Amino acid sequence: MKKIGNQSICFDNPPTILECASIVGPKEAQGPLAKYFDQTLDDEFWGEKTWEKAESKIIKETVNTVISKSGVPSNKIDCMFAGDLLNQCISSSFGLRELNIPFFGVFGACSTFVESMSLGAICAESFAENVLCATSSHFCSAEKQFRFPLELGNQRPQTSQWTVTGSGAVILTKSGNGPYITHITPGKIVDMGIKDGNNMGAAMAPAFADTLIAHFEDTGRNPSYYDAIISGDLGYVGKDIVIDILKSKGYNIKSNYNDCGVLIFDKSSQDTHSGGSGCACCGTVFSGYFFKQLKERKIKKMLLIATGALMNSTTSQQGESIPGIAHAISIEV
Amino acid sequence: MPFGFGGLICSIGQIILNICKERGFDTATSGTIVSILLIGISAFLTGLNLFNKIGKFAGAGSLIPITGFANSIVSPAMEYKSEGYVMGVGGKMFTVAGPVLVFGISASILVGIIYLIFNTQNVTLV
Repeated sequence: MKKIGNQSICFDNPPTILECASIVGPKEAQGPLAKYFDQTLDDEFWGEKTWEKAESKIIKETVNTVISKSGVPSNKIDCMFAGDLLNQCISSSFGLRELNIPFFGVFGACSTFVESMSLGAICAESFAENVLCATSSHFCSAEKQFRFPLELGNQRPQTSQWTVTGSGAVILTKSGNGPYITHITPGKIVDMGIKDGNNMGAAMAPAFADTLIAHFEDTGRNPSYYDAIISGDLGYVGKDIVIDILKSKGYNIKSNYNDCGVLIFDKSSQDTHSGGSGCACCGTVFSGYFFKQLKERKIKKMLLIATGALMNSTTSQQGESIPGIAHAISIEV
Repeated sequence: MPFGFGGLICSIGQIILNICKERGFDTATSGTIVSILLIGISAFLTGLNLFNKIGKFAGAGSLIPITGFANSIVSPAMEYKSEGYVMGVGGKMFTVAGPVLVFGISASILVGIIYLIFNTQNVTLV
């Protein structure tokens, strides 16, 4: 493992993504990617009394699913990284408290999935044989914490995004035969002064562009090197902004770039405005859809960049702008 | 759409008002009955998870009349029931409607003071 360029890391023995699992909520189950997920739920509560408990159950069951799918017993997992959107990452810590695996709580807002995988890959390259990385989000609990009550008859602006209900989990292993995590480019915090909490795509797009350009400069690669460049949850608004920013910097990513938030919902029939968001957006779409594409070698080189908006409801009310972040991992079969 | 829906809600209110008056209530009592019924209906629709669906296309049409006010109190009460009846329902019930109450009541006090000043000087306000 060595640092290359300004901020990227190149692995000498790239860790393998051994197995993935994903569970999604009812709205995602009506979306175009429904058939790729391991389990879809009929309602947001999943038999629990609160949305917070439901989210904990979703991440817990997703982790159990990935453990059973991988065949790696939980006592052979050396550590796990997990995080979510709820205050103090309670979905992860409550959901995973019975697992008896050393736990690192991670917060990177919606970039948590790739942040966890980056840290997990570093561990897998050094001391760990197997590392578990997971994340979750829940539409109802996120709306409750960040916005308005669900039953309030207000209107959502067109730039707003729909938090994905679900969880994605992966197991990384030191010795495997791919898909490999070959490079990671941790992102810097980028704040361009966007203050609108209903326009996260615009707030996070500059961070995405910053990390992507840093990745190209550090690795000497260009956009055409990858079969797919995938962002976590920029949505339709952020996607357009990103293509424009990259174009102005001399990179054309239009042909192989897409966004998990754009892919997970059908904009016209599901009324999700700018698309999906939340930690689970990137987590479920990668674990459900892209991992299978990599396994079937339909995609051979992929750059996954999850973006996060590092704010909370207090900073929004105090009129602060929204700092964005984006972490990238390069995955190759 | 919001204009039409707002008009529809007001028309329903007017119909209730007229019926009340026909039944022999005076104007003030009839007005109170209209408010009670519209608040009751919108609180009930909020409970059935229908009001937000109406609000989706009705916009300000359903939000600005008294129906929106009822919705803004019932929806957080429902949302925070999971935190208990005292600190959840009781504590959070006015998180959305609170500013409306504070500034609405403040404005009415201010107008009342202005009215009082002018009225004592025998100036008639049109």
